[in-house]
Amino acid sequence: MSTVDRVTGAAPFVVVGSSLAGLRAVEAARQVGYSGEIVLIGTEHHLPYDRPPLSKKLLEKGSSDGRVTPPHFRDAGYVQDGLQVTVRSGVPAVALDTDGRCVILADGSAVRYGCLVIATGARPRQPFDSAGQLSGVHDFRVHEDSQAVRAGLERGARVAIIGAGLIGSEVASSARTWDAEVTLVEAQEVPLVRALGATVGSAVADLHEENGVRLLLGACVASLEGVGAVEAIRLDVGTRIASDLVVTAIGVDPETDWLRGSGLQLDNGIVCDANLWTGVPGVFAAGDVVSWPNGQFGRQRLETWTSAAEQGAVAAKNALDPATARAYTTTPYFWSDWYGNRLQFVGSPVADEVQWIEGGVGQGRRAVALYRRADRCVGAFALNAPGETMKLRALVGRGTSWPEAIVFAESRARSYLARQ
Amino acid sequence: MDKIVVDRERCGGLGVCESLAGAYFETDDEGELVLLRDEVEPHDRDAVEEAVASCPTEALRVHRV
Repeated sequence: MSTVDRVTGAAPFVVVGSSLAGLRAVEAARQVGYSGEIVLIGTEHHLPYDRPPLSKKLLEKGSSDGRVTPPHFRDAGYVQDGLQVTVRSGVPAVALDTDGRCVILADGSAVRYGCLVIATGARPRQPFDSAGQLSGVHDFRVHEDSQAVRAGLERGARVAIIGAGLIGSEVASSARTWDAEVTLVEAQEVPLVRALGATVGSAVADLHEENGVRLLLGACVASLEGVGAVEAIRLDVGTRIASDLVVTAIGVDPETDWLRGSGLQLDNGIVCDANLWTGVPGVFAAGDVVSWPNGQFGRQRLETWTSAAEQGAVAAKNALDPATARAYTTTPYFWSDWYGNRLQFVGSPVADEVQWIEGGVGQGRRAVALYRRADRCVGAFALNAPGETMKLRALVGRGTSWPEAIVFAESRARSYLARQ
Repeated sequence: MDKIVVDRERCGGLGVCESLAGAYFETDDEGELVLLRDEVEPHDRDAVEEAVASCPTEALRVHRV
């Protein structure tokens, strides 16, 4: 019996949450030589699939017409047959018993664990109590949401999107490929402040209007109107916006309700240490649900693809081999695609100053901005400048001083111009 | 000898591979992946394998030749 097999004893290695972080957790368990039973528990009736395409490629006209299955990772059968994982899909976990070391499922069954990785992700915030009563109103998180919105677009729906964050913006972009009439409604005066900061958030918002989307800022939705099906949204200032498809995208909350009373510390996610350990024996967490101290960036809860994938693997390895447990740190990275423009961000947007290095924001244009906090460069934004992003990520990760970062980015900008 | 193979149809130019193994992968101005070299040195194997496994579009493979 190998070291990693001994840790779980006779009980299986269990992962709750069958999306990206959960998949990477079970993959990592096999990679480090764990040969015991693995159980993967998930709410959705699907094997793990990739979410970024849901608001991008799969929603665009002409790219994937008639697609009914989600974009599964790897090959079909890979999880069950290749990785030898017992998949319990469509059955949510409803409670965790840390004394008895078992996860309680919605069907009343209990799944024993030797060690456990929690990767239950996040769920969309609900702006309306009554949203479920009208057809044509959708969240945007799972494959079925994407399919439903796509079906509405195929019918030529007029679209109102509530929330001009990354998901709302991507849905707006994809809806425009159908020539849909799109209104994007944002409660804040500047969108994307939490993700990109006010300077860049404000600049990129112009891309919506350049691409024919009506963007309403500082606009609060008071109610939905319609009988049976949604017909309009009503703003608190009285404005009525006729819409037969409403997408709500006002952010997500970590999926931790099922852990109340479990003894795990919950505060904007599951509070973990640097090793993604919850403090409860054998229980680790990964993905959108975890709050952990991320090196120079401090305590964070990220909602990014790369961190979910990496945390899943780290949490599993640490769970199965605590003696060699290592801290997880990352320079956060996310990307978003709007109207054929690629937006990329690395590091932290919480800054004392943002400086544009080159170009200017606009459809098809190239732009780079650096973010300063105290005397260091802590973040970078790139629009249609994919060759810069990972160099800037490394620079931010090294804790580079502000003057040095500016010199580097300006020198790269000159090299780019010289290549044109 | 391990050789890196890129599926150009799948590659999205997101640069995660460059972050993990910058001696092998670089994203250019147009978001095309440039393979700086395709034969994996034994001491780089872990980093390259991590880059391959971490690709968001599953566009990378390592072939033993």
